Amino acid sequence: MCGAPKQGGALAGIDLSTQTVIQGSVWHDGSPVAGAYVRLLDATDEFTAEVVTSPEGEFRFFAAPGEWKLRSLAPVGRAERVLSAEVGLNETTLAIA
Amino acid sequence: MSRTDVLVSADWAQEHLGDAGLVFVEVDEDTSAYDKGHLEGAVKLDWKTDLQDPLRRDFVDKEQFEALLSAKGISNDDAVVLYGGNNNWFAAYAYWYFKLYGHDAVKLVDGGRKKWELDSRPLSDAEVTRPATQYTAKEPDTSIRAFRDEVVAAIDSKNLVDVRSPDEFAGKLVAPAHLPQEGAQRPGHIPSAVNVPWSKAANEDGTFKSDEELAALYADAGLDDGKATIAYCRIGERSSHTWFVLHELLGHADVKNYDGSWTEYGSLVGVPIAKGA
Repeated sequence: MCGAPKQGGALAGIDLSTQTVIQGSVWHDGSPVAGAYVRLLDATDEFTAEVVTSPEGEFRFFAAPGEWKLRSLAPVGRAERVLSAEVGLNETTLAIA
Repeated sequence: MSRTDVLVSADWAQEHLGDAGLVFVEVDEDTSAYDKGHLEGAVKLDWKTDLQDPLRRDFVDKEQFEALLSAKGISNDDAVVLYGGNNNWFAAYAYWYFKLYGHDAVKLVDGGRKKWELDSRPLSDAEVTRPATQYTAKEPDTSIRAFRDEVVAAIDSKNLVDVRSPDEFAGKLVAPAHLPQEGAQRPGHIPSAVNVPWSKAANEDGTFKSDEELAALYADAGLDDGKATIAYCRIGERSSHTWFVLHELLGHADVKNYDGSWTEYGSLVGVPIAKGA
């Protein structure tokens, strides 16, 4: 399925010895942002995937090791962050100024 | 065919909610978004449970489609306006599907649910019920649907457009990156396919780029205007988005969507596969 699964929740059932998980949450003004659109861009800035944050502002991607960019869009504004991911869990936060 | 025949703006949609003879339909794989809030009066279609056969790998047949639309209260005379999440992927899939079964009066809301939400437009959580109808579908129009044998035959002869992300095309990922990277398929792409990710046809708010930008996009990618085209992705919904662009917005005459896509092709025994960018 290509539809976005429910975001957030436990990592149970995810094999962190093979999967490269990039996850985190979107914040604005001291609170998590639910319903923000978070997209994962590859090293050439090309769109790779997009999810909508959970009620707790969480997002999760299954990528591959390498350089990635996260960008969030929401009615309150946008945020961006570059990160270098490795196999296993890669956690980050996107703060909308 | 012009853009206004196949696409409506979010403004237009908001002004025409509740119009007689117009049925707004939200299409998603995960319908929990609809349940929390949807366009006033819109009915929902669940990509998986409503549009896919529960047993075989195929979509619903003519009789199942008739039963579905009748139960949703959509009649042959209604104009259907589709929108959904995932940048309208599943709404574009449903659009292709409505066309396949001969429902001509169908349009997409430009930007889908995403633009609607980013604009902070009103959503309703009221339950929507419409009186049942007696919907009659036409025989499926397979001039817009490609099957595996013709895809294999199209290698090096027709335009093959792989609309997945560059990493999926190259064989680095086997699924979009919001999903676990597992599956029976071999990674890679169909030999001679060009990679034009669906996302290049859309703006960040989910709306389609201009006709001029779209025409340049596919011309630059080396799509030969004189040839027929087959678009594919992983399960056929992102390629519906590209099918919509090529066939409905740009007016290319012979464009098919291969809904078997990589989950079928990448599992076939003996077919050629290419890897790398």
